[in-house]
Amino acid sequence: MASVEEDIVMDLARQSLRDVNRFLHENGSSLSGKHVRILNPAGNHSVAVGLNETMTVQIDGHVGYYAAGMNRLSTVTIAGNAGCGVAENMMSGTVHVRGNASTCAGASAHGGQLFIDGNAASRCGISLKGGDIVVGGDVSTLSGFMAQAGRIVICGDAGPGLGDSLYEAVIYLRGEHRGLGADACEEPMSDEDYDLLQKLLVAAGTNYDPQQFKRIASARTLYHWNADRDQEY
Amino acid sequence: MCGIVGLLGKTAEIRESLGGRLTPMFTCMAARGPDSGGLAVFNRPLDDSIRRYSVYSPDRNQDWDGLGQLLRNHLSSDSLSTDKASKIPDFQIRAIENHATIIGNFDTLDLTEEISRFCPALHVLSVGRSIEVYKDAGEPAEIARRFRFDSLSGTHCVGHTRMATESAVTPAHSHPFTGGEDFCLVHNGSLSNPYMLRRKLEREGLQFETDNDTEAACRYIQWKLDIGATLEEALHQAFVELDGFYTFLMATHNQLTLVRDAFACKPAVVAETEDYVAVASEFRSLAHLPNVSDANIFEPEPEEIYSWPV
Repeated sequence: MASVEEDIVMDLARQSLRDVNRFLHENGSSLSGKHVRILNPAGNHSVAVGLNETMTVQIDGHVGYYAAGMNRLSTVTIAGNAGCGVAENMMSGTVHVRGNASTCAGASAHGGQLFIDGNAASRCGISLKGGDIVVGGDVSTLSGFMAQAGRIVICGDAGPGLGDSLYEAVIYLRGEHRGLGADACEEPMSDEDYDLLQKLLVAAGTNYDPQQFKRIASARTLYHWNADRDQEY
Repeated sequence: MCGIVGLLGKTAEIRESLGGRLTPMFTCMAARGPDSGGLAVFNRPLDDSIRRYSVYSPDRNQDWDGLGQLLRNHLSSDSLSTDKASKIPDFQIRAIENHATIIGNFDTLDLTEEISRFCPALHVLSVGRSIEVYKDAGEPAEIARRFRFDSLSGTHCVGHTRMATESAVTPAHSHPFTGGEDFCLVHNGSLSNPYMLRRKLEREGLQFETDNDTEAACRYIQWKLDIGATLEEALHQAFVELDGFYTFLMATHNQLTLVRDAFACKPAVVAETEDYVAVASEFRSLAHLPNVSDANIFEPEPEEIYSWPV
């Protein structure tokens, strides 16, 4: 349904995934500023991966693995749930999941913003390298594992092992956690934290008060080898 | 990889068309497991004294009528009975290609043992009042077509498409695995300690049919059930004793049960509506189901037990 003149509608019930992705890649500059809608994703994997222009893409339904992976510049909205590794390795731009996200959401993202309105499963933001993730609901076990840079904002609760082996990424948690991972610790919030969090919450379209959040970061005890620990952490 | 699928019908309409609903779920998951495929389908339990045996033949042209006659002769032979007239079991065989279902009143007779003695080429896939198992090596879509999965009806079913990583590709190594009566298990993942489990169970007198890791898990859980545990209790013990990666989908005559290991790195998605509970490794396997857009869709948490009654 092309409600706006600029709308380009693609239908995965009638076009192959490869054709849709190729169209988005090969018409990059002419799609700049355009709005593309993708219908009937039906849980397909790799929908709208590798986008590289300032287009907006809306996917109407649930997607499978790696949706909007490696995104650069584009704004991708998934009006449904996302499977494993949504926005993995994102470089810039915005990916917004209106439903829930499966495991490894935003894995290794170097930049950009990932907003998940619902819950995220285990290992959300694993190995994050610089992007920002805002989860409206809960995250499951081992989220933020070995995250190196960037921010993970969790508006609900977190499963066990939150922030295990964190490097310099920071986690802001509004609810409760079921145990911090190795070397993760709670730190006081600074004015800078509140400002930054406020901006992220507004960008994600939530209206939570930053005062409700706590900051979780690395205690940096794993940065150097400690032979006396006998590998017990 | 490997794909798992399961469907439990809550309405007569879904139960009547169970196989028709399940088949596209199953063939979709062939992308995760192209080596082999199998399905266990459960119906309302037969009378206490009746058993349903699913039997596999390596010969696609198996003469099942002839086998039935030979079996009758064998079962009425002096070696088995001193009072022929009263002890010859009444049974019927329903066959499709190299698969047969033998239904009858075998009293205390163990037909599995008799078949392995009398026709060792045949393999009993399942025994129970409710369960029926079909499985084979080969392309899952072709297996579904050969055994007419789409024509099956039942209360619930469990399917598997296999990508072998730890043991051979043979019909016997394909899933579902069964232990005792009316219990089956399918597995996505790989266990790290199947041989340890196996040695433990062999000391308890259990016998194995393959060197497959899933068989070890299935027999472990069945063993716990046999010594009086509920499935939930057996699974809590399995969380401690089983090492490795797994999503297990299991069924008994009256429940469908799903668990994932502590790391939950093997996928599972559940879609539940008022009409059905559907489970698959990936959502795309569920995308065609009726009213799936209104379903409660979720991923199971690690080491949580999800059970749905029939």
